Amino acid sequence: MPPPTLDSILEERRSQPHQLIEVLQDVQEHYGYIAEESMRTISNELGVPLMEVYKVASFYKAFALKPRGKNVITICTGTACHVRGAKLILNQAVGQLGVKPSEVSDDGLFTIEHVNCLGACALGPVVTDNGNYHNHMSPGKLRKLIKSIYKTDAEEISHD
Amino acid sequence: MTKINTVKDLKALRKRLLKERKKIRATLVLCGGTGCQASRCQDVTDAVKNELAKQGLKRSVCVRTTGCHGFCEQGPLMVIEPGNIFYCHILPDDAHEIVTKTILDGEVVERLLYTDPVSGKLIQTESEIPFYRAQDRYLLAQNRQVDPCSIEDYIAIGGYSAFTKALFEIPPESVVREIKDSGLRGRGGGGFPTGRKWAECQKAPGDEKYVICNADEGDPGAYMDRCLLEGNPHLVLEGMMIGAWAIGAQQGYVYVRNEYPLAVKHARMAVDQARKIGLLSDKILGSSFSFDIDIARGGGSFVCGESTALMASLEGKVGEPRPKDVHTVVDGLWHKPTTLNNVETWANVPSIILNGSSWFASKGSKGSKGTKILALTGHIKNTGLVEVAMDTTINTVVFDIGGGGSNGNSIKAVQTGGPSGGCLPADKFDLPVDFDVLAKAGSMVGSGGMVVMDQETCMVDVAKYFLTFLQDESCGKCVPCRMGIDRMLEIITDITEGNGTSWQIGLLEELGSTVSQTALCGLGKTAANPVLSTLRYFRDEYEAHIHAKKCPAGVCQALVTYKVDAEKCTCCGICKRGCPHGAIVGKKKQVHAINLDLCQKCGICKSECDFEAIQVK
Ligand SMILES: Cc1cc2nc3c(=O)[nH]c(=O)nc-3n(C[C@H](O)[C@H](O)[C@H](O)COP(=O)(O)O)c2cc1C
Ligand code: FES
Repeated sequence: MPPPTLDSILEERRSQPHQLIEVLQDVQEHYGYIAEESMRTISNELGVPLMEVYKVASFYKAFALKPRGKNVITICTGTACHVRGAKLILNQAVGQLGVKPSEVSDDGLFTIEHVNCLGACALGPVVTDNGNYHNHMSPGKLRKLIKSIYKTDAEEISHD
Repeated sequence: MTKINTVKDLKALRKRLLKERKKIRATLVLCGGTGCQASRCQDVTDAVKNELAKQGLKRSVCVRTTGCHGFCEQGPLMVIEPGNIFYCHILPDDAHEIVTKTILDGEVVERLLYTDPVSGKLIQTESEIPFYRAQDRYLLAQNRQVDPCSIEDYIAIGGYSAFTKALFEIPPESVVREIKDSGLRGRGGGGFPTGRKWAECQKAPGDEKYVICNADEGDPGAYMDRCLLEGNPHLVLEGMMIGAWAIGAQQGYVYVRNEYPLAVKHARMAVDQARKIGLLSDKILGSSFSFDIDIARGGGSFVCGESTALMASLEGKVGEPRPKDVHTVVDGLWHKPTTLNNVETWANVPSIILNGSSWFASKGSKGSKGTKILALTGHIKNTGLVEVAMDTTINTVVFDIGGGGSNGNSIKAVQTGGPSGGCLPADKFDLPVDFDVLAKAGSMVGSGGMVVMDQETCMVDVAKYFLTFLQDESCGKCVPCRMGIDRMLEIITDITEGNGTSWQIGLLEELGSTVSQTALCGLGKTAANPVLSTLRYFRDEYEAHIHAKKCPAGVCQALVTYKVDAEKCTCCGICKRGCPHGAIVGKKKQVHAINLDLCQKCGICKSECDFEAIQVK
């Protein structure tokens, strides 16, 4: 399904400044980040100064202002996961992909993110790849997960 | 869905649903909470449904996918009614046997039963399992009875009868009185008396008022709000409807974390259903009361869980708290009187209205009534969500319910209350999970996170962890919080890196108390708790870091070195393959070694080695 246009996201929300965060949420969800152009349009359509749009977009963690990699690996570093070794998982991801958190890998395939809690704390350490949950993670399991994503990606390319 | 117009319609609908349900010969209750989804429960559900269709049992056997049952560690899990048979770690391939043996022949599939880790015995029913037996599950138990996507399931078990009772039989003042008498206190962290809040909001001048459900659940390590909203959204809505009736609000909001997509989906669905059926509308069921609810998604900021920051966020602004000289019950969302409560607080309301305040007050301690849901996590055998009366001791929670330390390790501490709470040592485990008692001991019940820690956890590192978290999440508006947390973190970092001096401990304590007394909002006011409580109970660990330059738990990177134990090394090569920094050298059949110049002390080799051949000193 093609992502909804910015126009349709704005529908029924125009001239309603308090809808700013909801609009940004939808843009983030469907486009993966909030582009400057989108911010300008949102500012005009909702009647919120551009500076305010930028302030809100940069304040909340949910919004990325730069494009992210094709696959987003989210590593929970919440307390429950921390005491069960979330740091190892983060080290593994950073070491294996050679990128810092929130940056995009050179091949454009990966972004690693860390969040405060993914809400499955009993099963820590928890990691999601593009929203799919993986529990009881270990560096070894993450290594395999990343390899399998590389593989799927290579297959997709050869199909195209 | 047919619309209901009167209370009589609602009762008739319930009667019809119950009659229809009598025809069902068995129900397979499958947990579909996030924990079990992570354990691939969807595949099991599909397999079970296929199998039932294949055997022609689709009509007579009901499959109900519900919210979280709490025992996440054992997922995917299933309870079969009648019989209360409990199966765990189910695979899709087990579906055939479950249907043929248990449903058709009434036999138990032993291999899927839970084994009690203490006695080694198989346990057949859910209610006999120690994890469940020692709890007092009232809110969580309802999760098993409803499909969160079905308002009919909720109505069938008596849902919305508390709201209609309040609406037609109890005037607002008496609803407030009932909540006051119950002794219900806020479950979101502060433990503020709910009835008092409602009374003030009810009295506040103005016709336009709001109720808000705080489902931001920012405390890392706690997920009970998610479980309730995801698993039984109508219960939360019903609580809000009763609250709105009591204070005279026309509009409600559920502010839910965007990291909880399933909770967002279920809450939206529930609101939609309640509107369609006529429970959220103008002049509800022919009364004079009109009320509606909207769902707003949070932006992933911890401080937005704070009441005034949350309201700013709902208004579409940056989530910064403001001074609460005038309380939000008078001057809240859009400067109107607003009642904000936590998900679990709202969820407790319907049963208080139905069963009466004295029923609620009969559970718990003198100052903390009712039950509290705790998220039991960390180094413990049985992790999951646990509901206990508020006079239950930590010992009961950790040992009777939690089964004690994982891997047979002894438990050193529990961290309660998240970033605003503190760490309590094992000799305080006889304390009950009571708001006032835990606060006095330097921690707090908070939202109910309970992270268990054993000797592999460094308490100085834990304090550093929370300070890092809070530094990141502080909105930066007030100086004590912004600068105070920075400085405390600087000192703790010094200590964990072996650069600490003994006078820094006193400085930490002084800084901590200054920040507590002067910060603007709850985030800053409680930010020093993790530091102060670890200093109070685990000072020896700080001293080991400062004087002996040692981290007793082997966690703080600057104070440890990694080495291969040549006697234990089996030359398997796993560590070498695992090390992302290429710091391990060694050929096949040759004892491996670590190149200390390249070693980043990340600990991956140690976690990968099956032979405990990596030493950390
Ligand atoms: C920094 C900070 C974060 C908070 N986060 C939450 C939260 O995630 N969920 C919540 O219910 N309350 C949270 N609170 C408490 C709320 O401010 C508020 O007291 C509570 O939601 C009121 O509801 P209750 O009386 O039902 O507990 C937080 C408070 C502070 C200071
Ligand atoms: S702490 Fe990791 S999922 Fe909650």
